[in-house]
Amino acid sequence: MTKILVIAEHDGQELNPSTAKTVACAAELDGATIDVVVFADSAATVAAQVAQLDSVSRVLTVENPANAKALAAVLAPQVAALAADYSHVFGPSTTFGKDLMPRVAALLGVNQISDVMGVLGAHEFQRPIYAGNVVITVAAPSGHPVVATVRTASYKAVGNGNTAPVEAAACDADIPAHTRYIELQAGKSDRPDLQTAAKVVSGGRALGSAENFDIIYALADKMGAGVGASRAAVDAGYVPNEMQVGQTGKIIAPDLYVAIGISGAIQHLTGIKDAGTIVAINKDAEAPIFEVADIGLVGDLFDIVPELTSSLG
Amino acid sequence: MDKILVGLKRVVDYNVRVRVRNDGTGVETDGVKMSINPFDEIALEEALRLKERGEATEVVVVSIGTSDAQQQLRTGLAMGADRAILVEADADLDALSRARTLLEIVRREQPGLVILGKQAIDDDNNQTGQMLAALWERPQATFASEVVISGETARVTREVDVGLETIEIDLPAVITSDLRLNEPRYVKLPDIMKAKKKPLEELAFADLGIAESPQIKATAYAPPAERARGIMVDDVSGLVAALKDKGLL
Repeated sequence: MTKILVIAEHDGQELNPSTAKTVACAAELDGATIDVVVFADSAATVAAQVAQLDSVSRVLTVENPANAKALAAVLAPQVAALAADYSHVFGPSTTFGKDLMPRVAALLGVNQISDVMGVLGAHEFQRPIYAGNVVITVAAPSGHPVVATVRTASYKAVGNGNTAPVEAAACDADIPAHTRYIELQAGKSDRPDLQTAAKVVSGGRALGSAENFDIIYALADKMGAGVGASRAAVDAGYVPNEMQVGQTGKIIAPDLYVAIGISGAIQHLTGIKDAGTIVAINKDAEAPIFEVADIGLVGDLFDIVPELTSSLG
Repeated sequence: MDKILVGLKRVVDYNVRVRVRNDGTGVETDGVKMSINPFDEIALEEALRLKERGEATEVVVVSIGTSDAQQQLRTGLAMGADRAILVEADADLDALSRARTLLEIVRREQPGLVILGKQAIDDDNNQTGQMLAALWERPQATFASEVVISGETARVTREVDVGLETIEIDLPAVITSDLRLNEPRYVKLPDIMKAKKKPLEELAFADLGIAESPQIKATAYAPPAERARGIMVDDVSGLVAALKDKGLL
């Protein structure tokens, strides 16, 4: 029996889209029963959103004031306690899941399968290593729970046509007090979310300053696109860390990705290789970004980008 | 605190473009440049800065791998670590066994803080630090971009998907480093000479009595799917036309 427990990612109000993609991966296991658990202070709002996700059998809620913020040390023993009834435990390969799931795996005495990008069987998966330069097939041992994170860019979210039952789950676990949430500084943006946007415009070090990044924002706003950046642009302080795309930033799969002034280090390319169409604008005709671009334009971005923005009416 | 323990993994250098062996049985590592995992270098730099600020008195670096990892430990000693421990094991030892090994070292050394890289750039697993924290039953602060120690607690700012999250953890604890925690120092020649005289203890994984972990087996290696070669356009109007052609504008 394949019984999969998926850990919902949310902020207390809104379900993160990573959850519907993790469920999509779980649904690729033949004959799987999929339950999704919501850990929260008050779970009803998020649970109602989870209940709509196709392929979900049951929504479990674990309400506890300690669960108001997602702290791995607090959630892991609770997940491990629930895991006894399941053959698989899946979470998204977002910073939430990357923080939590290995802690769960260790409590269950198994290794984690990180960044699942393909399901070949109940115990056989594909995942990337070396910044996506190699794809390995891995076989998990039978007779042990499978703990995995799902590379969300590899999956399309399941639909919202379901009405799964919501049940409060009994969860008996010792919750530590040694880890305390202090605050979150979140970038406020009205632009489409980088991880789910259909179109993304990204800028690199060639922008030269935070002020110059305004031409990237102007183009993105004209296109209705989210905005990303290369590691170099983040390291230089042009934009905040949450905009970084790549091996150690966000892995994204928009329909259209426009890379502006980004040379295309392999660590960046691994973050965009599932994009539908990649456009590269760079003054260096030899830049590696052109090797993966579907449409390339060589020239000065400070001429091209404003012209492109105004030509979009 | 007395002591900070830092993990250093020997990995294929950041700049090497890794290729799958022709027979598909693994990754070509013969004659390839090896280095300290970049995130581990950042972890060590943070430990050294904490020591320099008077927050700790000793920095111990540990590597789990083949005897070749002595090179990376010597580099760590040249950066400023006081002492090194090599646990000789297979280079591809699994993450849970690594975490259990680190727990054994933690029991022997009793550090006030363990700092590890958030992930190794070879297997990209991102799990050993979290596993060690779980087995040790201590806090974890992953993806750290700022660490402030005050007495028996630490405030750690973490790079998360929506921005920067700050948590407070009781010590001892495990912190894993993200890219922007610091910029590691360069090693100077006199320090390389000095590092040769610093103690490097060798242990054998097989002698530590680590429980056997259920193994995840790699059964095939393949290059990723290639993207088809694209087109070049001459100007903005050509770009707009190409995008309209694909229905993207």
